[in-house]
Amino acid sequence: MASAISISGLVVRRSGHPVLHGIDLEVAANAVTGLLGPSGSGKTTLLRTVVGLQRSDAGAVQVLGRPVGHARLRSEIGYMTQEPSVYGDLTVAGNLRYHAALHRRGRRAVDDGLDAVGLTALASRTVATLSNGERSRVSLGCALVAGPRLLLLDEPTVGLDPVLRRDLWELFRTLARDGVTLLVSSHVMDEADRCEHLVLLREGRVVATGTPAGLRATTGAATMEQVFLRLVEGAHEEVAQ
Amino acid sequence: MRAARRVESSMMSVRLTVTTAARVLSQLRRDPRTLALVLVAPCVLLWLFSEVFAATPAVFQRVAPVMLGVFPFITMFLVTSVAMVRERTSGTLERLLTTPIGKADLVLGYGLAFGALALLQAVLATTVSLGLLGLREPASILVLVLLAVATAVLGSALGLGVSALATTEFQAVQFMPAVVAPQILLCGLFTPTEMMAGWLDALSRAMPLRYAAQGMTELTGAATVPVAVWTNLAVVAAIAVGALVLGAATLRRRTA
Repeated sequence: MASAISISGLVVRRSGHPVLHGIDLEVAANAVTGLLGPSGSGKTTLLRTVVGLQRSDAGAVQVLGRPVGHARLRSEIGYMTQEPSVYGDLTVAGNLRYHAALHRRGRRAVDDGLDAVGLTALASRTVATLSNGERSRVSLGCALVAGPRLLLLDEPTVGLDPVLRRDLWELFRTLARDGVTLLVSSHVMDEADRCEHLVLLREGRVVATGTPAGLRATTGAATMEQVFLRLVEGAHEEVAQ
Repeated sequence: MRAARRVESSMMSVRLTVTTAARVLSQLRRDPRTLALVLVAPCVLLWLFSEVFAATPAVFQRVAPVMLGVFPFITMFLVTSVAMVRERTSGTLERLLTTPIGKADLVLGYGLAFGALALLQAVLATTVSLGLLGLREPASILVLVLLAVATAVLGSALGLGVSALATTEFQAVQFMPAVVAPQILLCGLFTPTEMMAGWLDALSRAMPLRYAAQGMTELTGAATVPVAVWTNLAVVAAIAVGALVLGAATLRRRTA
């Protein structure tokens, strides 16, 4: 299994406080990997490190075979921030068009992007007049139009209608089949089953990695919520002994 | 092969600059209040000046050229600082820095868009001053507009720098009295600089707006473009470029 992202011994401190304590992680290429963990577990910091926005204090990060932060990577990564980073005073299509142009992609990419996030009907609406969920979809659309080899998505499905959520996960899997690597964060444990691989993060440490079925089998838990609880409590017991 | 690639990458940067300028202009086009502030307010204020000094036309002849330098400076400082604070706080700037666009492309794109807006502003304000308000003909309208645009880019560049120090749009506006007001006081608008106390004159020499105001004043009094105007234009342009470079340095890709 080839890795799209290789992380070893990654330590990140933000304003003096350790956020990630020595992460070792391989993210499989051409697959959907879910980055799961409660709020504050370090998911966003990890994604920011991989996209090259966050300086690390120790460790090595390789992305698509290059050291993190390499200029060439910027044309190969699509990044969706947790808060929708879009221009409220532009139209939906205007936002996607700008991001497409930055990646030398044309109208086709914009139309496909609008379609993928279900915003074709709202293409000419000003983003500031949209709901939070719709704005977040615009933000996702901006990441998709880049046509990247690696998609880093920070909680892309939060607050979305279940039908759209299902469609988006389907889209993620289709993209992965077409050769895109996706690392998708979520704090909603029931989204875990939609991923091929999982990384469970808690308090800046990787608690477990594996497939959803594999993690359920090793812990004997029925739901991902229980898997997480057993892994965390198990870790505490080990420490206590 | 390598040369071809280099041409390709420099072409790409021009493309990204123009793309960004087009994006900023389309944001401005959708913002009628900002357009009114930049395009209509200077004309209305110039008309007010001419009415206020209706009894003493000589004062208007002295003040109006300086105002043609002050308007682009103030308005572009305001518009750029607020626009850049918005880019920084909404996360769009950080997001752009993860895409292939370079910092220089981004800053030049902004400069190009605001420069274009300043060009329109200068043409309107000059037309109103010369055509309706009876301002004396400058030695060259072209040089006057050029100086106005350079001053606008200077205002933009300072606004970009200030945006790095502000965390809200409100804070950005609060820099107006600190950065802009002293320059307006000392640029020669209220008292010609040669009539100021020595230390005030020295202080005013450290402020870029003085050179814009001086250039405008000398341009309107002369039959041919005086050499001093070119010097003033060069000083304004040099400070603007320097401030843009410093402003670009505040766009940091990686945070600690």
